[in-house]
Amino acid sequence: MSRAETGPARLYHRTVVYVLFIILLLPLAGTLVYSLASSWSATILPSGFTFKWYVALWSDPRFLMAFGQSLLVCVGALILSIVLILPLLFVVHYHFPKLDALMNILILLPFAVPPVVSSVGLLQLYGSGPFAMVGTPWILIGCYFTVALPFMYRAITNNLQAINLRDLMDAAQLLGANTWQAAFLVVLPNLRKGLMVALLLSFSFLFGEFVFANLLVGTRYETLQVYLNNMRNSSGHFNSALVVSYFLFVLLLTWAANRLNKDKD
Amino acid sequence: MNSMTRGKWLGLLCLVPFAVFFIVFQIAPLAWVAINSLHSDSGWGLDNFMTAFNSRFYRQAIQYSLEISFWSSLIGIVIAILGSYSLRKVDSRLRDFVNSFANMTSNFSGVPLAFAFIILLGFNGCLTLILKQSGIIEDFNVYSKTGLIILYTYFQIPLGVLLLYPAFDALRDDWRESAALLGASTFDFWRHIGLPVLTPALLGTFVILLANALGAYATVYALTTGNFNVLPIRIAAMVAGDITLDPNMASALAMILVGLMTIVTVAHQWLLKRSYHVSR
Repeated sequence: MSRAETGPARLYHRTVVYVLFIILLLPLAGTLVYSLASSWSATILPSGFTFKWYVALWSDPRFLMAFGQSLLVCVGALILSIVLILPLLFVVHYHFPKLDALMNILILLPFAVPPVVSSVGLLQLYGSGPFAMVGTPWILIGCYFTVALPFMYRAITNNLQAINLRDLMDAAQLLGANTWQAAFLVVLPNLRKGLMVALLLSFSFLFGEFVFANLLVGTRYETLQVYLNNMRNSSGHFNSALVVSYFLFVLLLTWAANRLNKDKD
Repeated sequence: MNSMTRGKWLGLLCLVPFAVFFIVFQIAPLAWVAINSLHSDSGWGLDNFMTAFNSRFYRQAIQYSLEISFWSSLIGIVIAILGSYSLRKVDSRLRDFVNSFANMTSNFSGVPLAFAFIILLGFNGCLTLILKQSGIIEDFNVYSKTGLIILYTYFQIPLGVLLLYPAFDALRDDWRESAALLGASTFDFWRHIGLPVLTPALLGTFVILLANALGAYATVYALTTGNFNVLPIRIAAMVAGDITLDPNMASALAMILVGLMTIVTVAHQWLLKRSYHVSR
């Protein structure tokens, strides 16, 4: 770790960090002020402050519905991810360590293929016919699993390496546990915290996903981001309250993840 | 031994559900796009790609995508380099605070970010007004290419900081002192030691930012309601728009985008292997 500097260098570094902070803060601060302003147009400062936009937002049934549906889709996708990825990781690391190289290539796919490209194929394949899923939350859950996959895979792999999977399994089996018992009662509890962090962070970026939600489902099962986009023509203050509420919620999640992460060390 | 092989078979069985979901939601759509990009009204062949490269409209989309991605990645990475280097040099309280703040703002992209920019830099945005009244700018249009570059740059900065901050681990303080003892100036140090050591990490981060910008759809869609000509917008308009649907042409453009992304991803993997802080 670098040590703190002194003299003019110190002043320079502090200035740069503050400028960086201000750049990152500006759009958020602007939105926050706008969401609290009673009206603000063609002047530099707003004319008065109010909470009425938040009240309007949080009493809009369509908003609450979208919020709930977003929660459901994200939680569903994360449960699916765990059910699919945990056994995969366990088997790869315990039985077939060589598969890890292949997996590392496969998990690049969701990264190299932008959602807008996948959507072209998804709309055609599952738009009608025996596997018609477009317009339902199910297709979103499936797609969000692929979105979360690279991150979850990497995060859990790091954790598995840290706990020495093979030694742990051997020790458990030496003490009389079978493979299932060892996996569920010994390995899983050791992964709990790392898993929670990975889940919270995945949740925070799935919650902000817009492309799949808008192209594949749209208003037929409106998620928060789609709702936000569809409200574009309503009052800017109302939208700001929406943006701020959304960001605070995500902030809470990432904060919780950071706290958990710190506890771990 | 027998139970060992049985365990392996059971293990393979555990992989089946994963494989099914991965094929259904990742491989199959990509395969559909790849196959149908070669199919057009006149049969099988490269017709769609010829159309894409011969049409000024599609060429413009590709060009705008590349321009916006390149400039936003370049400006983004410069700010991220300066920022993350200085972050390492300030006291830990300020560092931790700004670092976690950058972490959190990396989630602030897409539709919410576009809205924030309209409020701030739209025609009646407060920043636009301040800058206009102080005479710094004549006029500003956030819905233009310049506007989009600024917007993209904003979501590149937190990602850049996130990726670059650990890269500076490779530079050890005693090197700087040793170089200074041997008579090197600050410039000499960066020219001969600092930059060469960091280059793979910097390039690696740059290509990630590039990929991030190339595939971005939500931000530009929300800002311009799909009226700005970049590749992702063109692709989406041909499968979900309300004017003309042409999934085969969309597939061809999608394959061009995937091609660009593949070059970027391969370049990144290659740079990652060469990068100093990983190889150690």
